[in-house]
Amino acid sequence: MALSRKSQDTLVRNFFFLTALSSIVILALIMVYLFIEGLPIFGLVSVSDFLFGSFWYPTSEPPEFGILPLIVASLAVTALSSAIAIPLGVMTAIYLAEIASRRTRDIFKPVVELLAALPSVVIGFFGMVVMAPFLQETFDLATGLNLFNAAIMLAFMSVPTICSVSEDAIYSVPRELKEASLALGATHFETIAKVVLPASLSGISTAVMLGMSRAIGETMVVLMVAGGAAMIPNSIFSPVRPMPSSIAAEMAEASFRGDHYRALFAIGIVLFLFTLVFNLVASHVAEKHKQVGAATL
Amino acid sequence: MNHSALFEVGLTRRHRTQKLMWGVFGLASGINMAALVLICGFLLIKGLPAISWSFLTEMPRDSMTAGGILPCIVGTLCLSLGTMCVAFPLGVASAVYLNEYARPGRTLRLIRLGINNLAGVPSVVFGLFGLAFFVTFFGLGVSLLSGILTLSILVLPVIIGTAEEALKSVPQTYREASLGLGATKWQTIRLVVLPAALPGMLTGAILGLSRVAGETAAIMFTASVFFTPNLPTSLTDSVMALPYHIYVLATAGTDIDKTRPLQYGTALVLIVLVLGMNLGAIIYRAKLQKQRR
Repeated sequence: MALSRKSQDTLVRNFFFLTALSSIVILALIMVYLFIEGLPIFGLVSVSDFLFGSFWYPTSEPPEFGILPLIVASLAVTALSSAIAIPLGVMTAIYLAEIASRRTRDIFKPVVELLAALPSVVIGFFGMVVMAPFLQETFDLATGLNLFNAAIMLAFMSVPTICSVSEDAIYSVPRELKEASLALGATHFETIAKVVLPASLSGISTAVMLGMSRAIGETMVVLMVAGGAAMIPNSIFSPVRPMPSSIAAEMAEASFRGDHYRALFAIGIVLFLFTLVFNLVASHVAEKHKQVGAATL
Repeated sequence: MNHSALFEVGLTRRHRTQKLMWGVFGLASGINMAALVLICGFLLIKGLPAISWSFLTEMPRDSMTAGGILPCIVGTLCLSLGTMCVAFPLGVASAVYLNEYARPGRTLRLIRLGINNLAGVPSVVFGLFGLAFFVTFFGLGVSLLSGILTLSILVLPVIIGTAEEALKSVPQTYREASLGLGATKWQTIRLVVLPAALPGMLTGAILGLSRVAGETAAIMFTASVFFTPNLPTSLTDSVMALPYHIYVLATAGTDIDKTRPLQYGTALVLIVLVLGMNLGAIIYRAKLQKQRR
């Protein structure tokens, strides 16, 4: 062998180190390329006009690049879907971790996993052909493709994330805590509400942040069912155009490296920063309040 | 009433509350089940009539309003298998470093931060990056290769996560025994740890495969097109793909109502493909866990 065993080992170790660095390099490259393609738009509009301008008319003459309606739409859809997904996800997690029998668990766990696996385009399609006509008829609306529809469909995409991360958090609550509460005469439900939930709160917050980050970045669902009107919504049944759907719908018609193309990349920067903040907060909470045993409570 | 009777009344009420809440929690879980059954059942009933041998094996005809979806099936298979060829080795190698070599410290924290945040990047942003980096900067154009590379970085965190789990489940004693016999670290990893972790890693690969097969936003600027007259023959060809096909037919097709049966059929093929792979992975994993116990 040309190489000694020791130097061969070092070589291999360095190789693995380099591959492990790839994730962080890719993340950096994503940021760099979004900025390269998107920043030139700010020679045309100022950052504050871009973020707070209320008119998104990228193709009219002269074009208007104000993305406030898109940001508001993204936040509204995310907030409404979280209002549905958080209770649903956390309650399912409690049911699976604390209440369900082994048999029931063995059935429900794969259900949640399969729900997570449904392609977003299929959920969007379902929202278009089933939920939209249903909403339109039930509430007598002009269109069933609106904020509310998108929020419901997105909720079913973030429930599995919220559920599985919360479930792990609930499992990690030390047994002694629960036993102490039960021994004092509390019922199982009281133990869950007053001991288990407070003890796993940081884990559940992480779950919620991850779920919301998934909802705000989800593209196909909002592209297909949110309605597509770039206006600030005035009711939960208004058609809206969240940031990801604007990018996906308009990129094909934007001329290469034209102003519209640059503006869409700039929306990509805003979207990227939103999810980055969500994820950083989530990992910060998870890191800071790590449950390592009864002693940390 | 004496004290113990009062206590009894309180206890019954508390137990009643508990029962009520159990019902609420059960209902929440039931809603998930109902959603899955509703979506799958609906697509099954509506999609099944459209499925036929010719639907699966023919090219689209009459400007997409008739014929089959063969190029979409082939395109999706090429994209997902190609992605795995890139992402699986890279992900496994990263996981080996994280689990076998890395020591706690700043570098490790930084790498973990990178992986976690990469996992949270929206798929449409991966699409933008793919467009700017692979399609434009490297001049690969809208092609199978651009799509494969974009999807690879999208799925990398999933592969790393599951591969790491698999490595963690290999008992420490295996490593100690191998090192104790005088094997180097690399020999131990190659000949002992990786073979023991391989089944778990494959489960992760299947999950990654299904995620990639259903991905739309990341390929719409980088790989997929509305229509190609031929099946892909090289990595530089642009392709049709199942998820993109559903989207285009449902929103911008030449005749949305006329192609409804095709849309249902395509959606059914996609979920059978994706959920089938997932179910396979879940069953395989359950079997592995049973063996280990």
